Amino acid sequence: MLRTALRNVLAHKARLLMTVLAVMLGVAFVAGTLVFTNTISDAYQKSSQKGFKGVDVAITPDKKDDDSANPGDAPRLSQRLLDQAAKSPGAASAYGVVQGYSALADKKGDLLGGGFSNRAGNYYPGSGGKDPRYDMTEGRAPRTAGEIALDSRTAERGHYKAGDSIRVSVDGPVRTEKVVGVFTTDDGNVAAGGTLALYDTATAQKLFGKPGQFDEIDVKARAGTSQATLKSAIDKVLPEQAKATTGKKLAKDQAEAIEQGMSSMQTMMLVFAGIALFVGIFIIVNTFSMLVAQRTRELALMRAVGATRRQVTRSVLIEATVVGAVAAVVGLAAGIGIGAVLRSVLNSTGANVPDGPLIVAPTTVLVSVLVGVVVTVLSAWLPGRRAAKIPPVAAMNSVHATPTTRGLVVRNTIGTILAAAGIALVVAGAGMGGDGKGPMAFGAAVLVIGIFVLTPLLSRPLIAAAGPVLRIFGMPGKLARQNAVRNPRRTAATASALMVGLTLITGMTVIAGSIQQGINKMAADGLKSDYVVSMGGDSSRPLSPEVSKSLAKLPEVTAISPLRSSPARVAGDNDTLTGVDPKAIKDLVNVDFTEGSFAALGGTKVLIDDKIADEHHWKVGSAVPVTFEDGRSGKLTVGGVYEGNQMIRGVMLDSATVTPHMSTVADFQVMLKTKGGATESNKDLLKKTLGENPAIKIQNKQDLSDEIAKIFTLMLNMLYGLLAMAVIVAVLGVINTLAMSVFERSKEIGMLRAIGLDRRGIKRMVRLESLVISLFGGVLGLGLGVFFGWAAGELVAVELPTYELVLPWGRMGLFLLMAAFVGVIAALWPARRASKLNMLAAIKAE
Amino acid sequence: MTTMPLGVKTTAHSAAAAARATDLSKVYGEGETQVIALDSVSVEFRQAEFTAIMGPSGSGKSTLMHCMAGLDTISSGSARIGDVELTTLKDKKLTQLRRDKIGFIFQAFNLLPTLNALENITLPMDIAGRKADQAWLDQVVATVGLAGRLKHRPNQLSGGQQQRVAVARALAGQPEIIFADEPTGNLDSRSGAEVLGFLRNSVRELGQTIVMVTHDPVAASYSDRVVFLADGRIVDELRNPTADSVLDRMKRFDAKGRTS
Repeated sequence: MLRTALRNVLAHKARLLMTVLAVMLGVAFVAGTLVFTNTISDAYQKSSQKGFKGVDVAITPDKKDDDSANPGDAPRLSQRLLDQAAKSPGAASAYGVVQGYSALADKKGDLLGGGFSNRAGNYYPGSGGKDPRYDMTEGRAPRTAGEIALDSRTAERGHYKAGDSIRVSVDGPVRTEKVVGVFTTDDGNVAAGGTLALYDTATAQKLFGKPGQFDEIDVKARAGTSQATLKSAIDKVLPEQAKATTGKKLAKDQAEAIEQGMSSMQTMMLVFAGIALFVGIFIIVNTFSMLVAQRTRELALMRAVGATRRQVTRSVLIEATVVGAVAAVVGLAAGIGIGAVLRSVLNSTGANVPDGPLIVAPTTVLVSVLVGVVVTVLSAWLPGRRAAKIPPVAAMNSVHATPTTRGLVVRNTIGTILAAAGIALVVAGAGMGGDGKGPMAFGAAVLVIGIFVLTPLLSRPLIAAAGPVLRIFGMPGKLARQNAVRNPRRTAATASALMVGLTLITGMTVIAGSIQQGINKMAADGLKSDYVVSMGGDSSRPLSPEVSKSLAKLPEVTAISPLRSSPARVAGDNDTLTGVDPKAIKDLVNVDFTEGSFAALGGTKVLIDDKIADEHHWKVGSAVPVTFEDGRSGKLTVGGVYEGNQMIRGVMLDSATVTPHMSTVADFQVMLKTKGGATESNKDLLKKTLGENPAIKIQNKQDLSDEIAKIFTLMLNMLYGLLAMAVIVAVLGVINTLAMSVFERSKEIGMLRAIGLDRRGIKRMVRLESLVISLFGGVLGLGLGVFFGWAAGELVAVELPTYELVLPWGRMGLFLLMAAFVGVIAALWPARRASKLNMLAAIKAE
Repeated sequence: MTTMPLGVKTTAHSAAAAARATDLSKVYGEGETQVIALDSVSVEFRQAEFTAIMGPSGSGKSTLMHCMAGLDTISSGSARIGDVELTTLKDKKLTQLRRDKIGFIFQAFNLLPTLNALENITLPMDIAGRKADQAWLDQVVATVGLAGRLKHRPNQLSGGQQQRVAVARALAGQPEIIFADEPTGNLDSRSGAEVLGFLRNSVRELGQTIVMVTHDPVAASYSDRVVFLADGRIVDELRNPTADSVLDRMKRFDAKGRTS
């Protein structure tokens, strides 16, 4: 049996080519993902270990997460603690770390390292006046205020060298500093493309924290003292809200964090690899079904001479194993290549991955090969069973066993039930709000399976609908339409492969477009202000209160309010207070009140959103017990209840009430209205007032919309890229099906050529058949995608009240066009083959 | 290149040649493996005549038909359909010539299973985008006795009926010449006789020109003239043959084959 199976594989090399390619692509995707993520995570881990080289014990603030603590940040570490730690038995030296944010402008005034982290730190000259974390390669370390050192990558990108002056912004106002040195570092953030600016310790402390305090204290052990010994010595001098960790533990934690970060990315990429493999299943089933059909007589003969059913099935499965193994090994090799290419692509986009060897783990090899073989064998199982059912008498008949219509009747019934159940579940899930995710996902899966099962039935009416168009192409068009529905199962499997990809692409486009529209609408409806000022680069960086103060002085600004957020506990729950200007806010934001109005705002009177009101059964006049950031308790009173949204939610109060409790006064946004609305000249004025600061974003409603659109476009493009894999596999499927059809119908094609259909006509016939099958899959995919997009949108609408379904007609048209393109491309080779067919050989009787 | 307009039907019952081969040779392979399938064959098929080509296996009768019908290329010599020299035509013109001037009947019927009987009959005209001559079509359908079965698919018809569809397909376009390759090879004797009867009638009554390759003396006896081929050459010709006279001639091939 093994020998026959192997002979069969060799005899049908060409026939199995597409199957091998499909499995190979899927496996390559899996292997590529594993190699890529392993390589990157290994590289990051090695570089982070290097970063912890000089740290034996690190002391960090430890925020106790219970009601006794302040809702604000944990206290930082004092100079006194640093001195104590340095004097601990076994400690060789200790240095204090101050971390913060600094946006750097290049010489043209644009933000350096845009999109990545713009970090800042302190240079702590320890023993010998050097900081072991940073190697100065040029100039010297910063010593006083007004001096700054840059990491070498940033210096290179911004063309800065020692002696230049550079514009810097920490929390709003522009500072001009002098570059005194350039350094290299193992810092992971720098390795990943971020910028790092160093100040002298006193300046850094003044800029980012409180004078004399640190974010972290790193202690180096004396030779012969273990990290654990040093840690227990330091533990003795630690204050309550601080903890000590050994360098080994830090490196291990970091490694785990990196691993975790990579694993979510790995999972996402593997999901797409899974989709590609899933699509590949259709091709494998098609190929093996046809091989079995072609060999009906041969298999019947084997049965007649005494092979058992099981042996026949096994021979098909052995064939599949061989094909799967070959494809998996080639795929693994291709995957390793993909992993290497991905890394260099990532490097070229500016996100610098630390150098390291390409990691091909044994699990990668094992998983890839296993996936390839298992998928192929499972897909061949059904055709294998069908092969076993061939009666020995079929050996004597020349007629090929054709699939019975009864099979389709059963199939259609099952499909209809599944599809109906799936639709019911999805619709029910859509109506359930937040709890609907589970039933909807399950329903979607059932519906997709139902549609797979139903595609042979759907193929007839849908392809018949294309009849009038095909009639334009005369006889080839008519023949193409009939050929497309001749083997409904095969057509269905081919179209389904394309359908999967298009369903996902369409669904995601619909949801993303609708959410984007919803957010836009919310920005337009919720905002009355002309401009929103915030920190660029890293989001959620606070602005100095200076920003709103200096803008408020402008005569052109008619209304202005900061949004000042402060962590707090409201009635025992951790929450955020948002301080605003009580007089200006009504002109800047637009919210609907269920009770009260903006007029009530001021002093201890606050506005709360409807969710909080519902939760605590509060209404106007209710007392709101609150613990402020600094740990003091206060009593606030509800002045009004408004409907919260993504832009404004929670507890809104007079900024004057909350400011005294804040450790660092900072705004996360400033909203303002200008005379004459949002105009270029007003924007220029604001920019100038803020000192042409590259770190500050001044956005009108349009800018906000554009920013949102950019995020969605980027996300969609990534998804399109990943789903392209599934589409490529589907193209292989169409090629496969057409090649089979041409092969099976060589006699007919020969006859058509003989009685007068020229080569062009034959080509057109094959091409149109391909087009019809592809468009069929495309239409099914679009329909399902829109349906799922609608259903998932119903769930999004619960969170986003302004959500409404937007059908991207242009995009959908494009997708359909793409499906047609797939059809034309896939038909190129089979059509050529059909037109070159040897007429005489084809028409000769058997 | 000959520029005679396609689809022009010359008057029936004239004695002009519908097709003619002159010194036609067909050689397969090269050097030692060279096989001469046709060796300087010259033959004429007159209009409104039913010619049978006979000969032992490997005599080149099928090759001759394929070359004359423009299905295969010629090594040397000339082959003409009417006034058109086939050797000068490129694939596209050759395909058009087959479509418009030649009818085919194959041993294996070769109908399209997706088309019904009527659609199969009009297939060559549909390919050409021509409208079938309805009166002629009705006559052809009536002649082959297919009225009432026109909406049937090939798999709903018997072998004899399928071959009658094929005969009707060949006749429907009023081609200048019909080539039939063992048209009764897959039929039982009764169905075979029916089909041969139609072919003879279409020559006698409709003035059709037919060239048929066969190895069956009974089939050959329906023709007006039998051309005998052996080893790629025309060796004999019989007019108004009977099954017996053809059989006698064939026996001589066998005897010669055995003695040589």
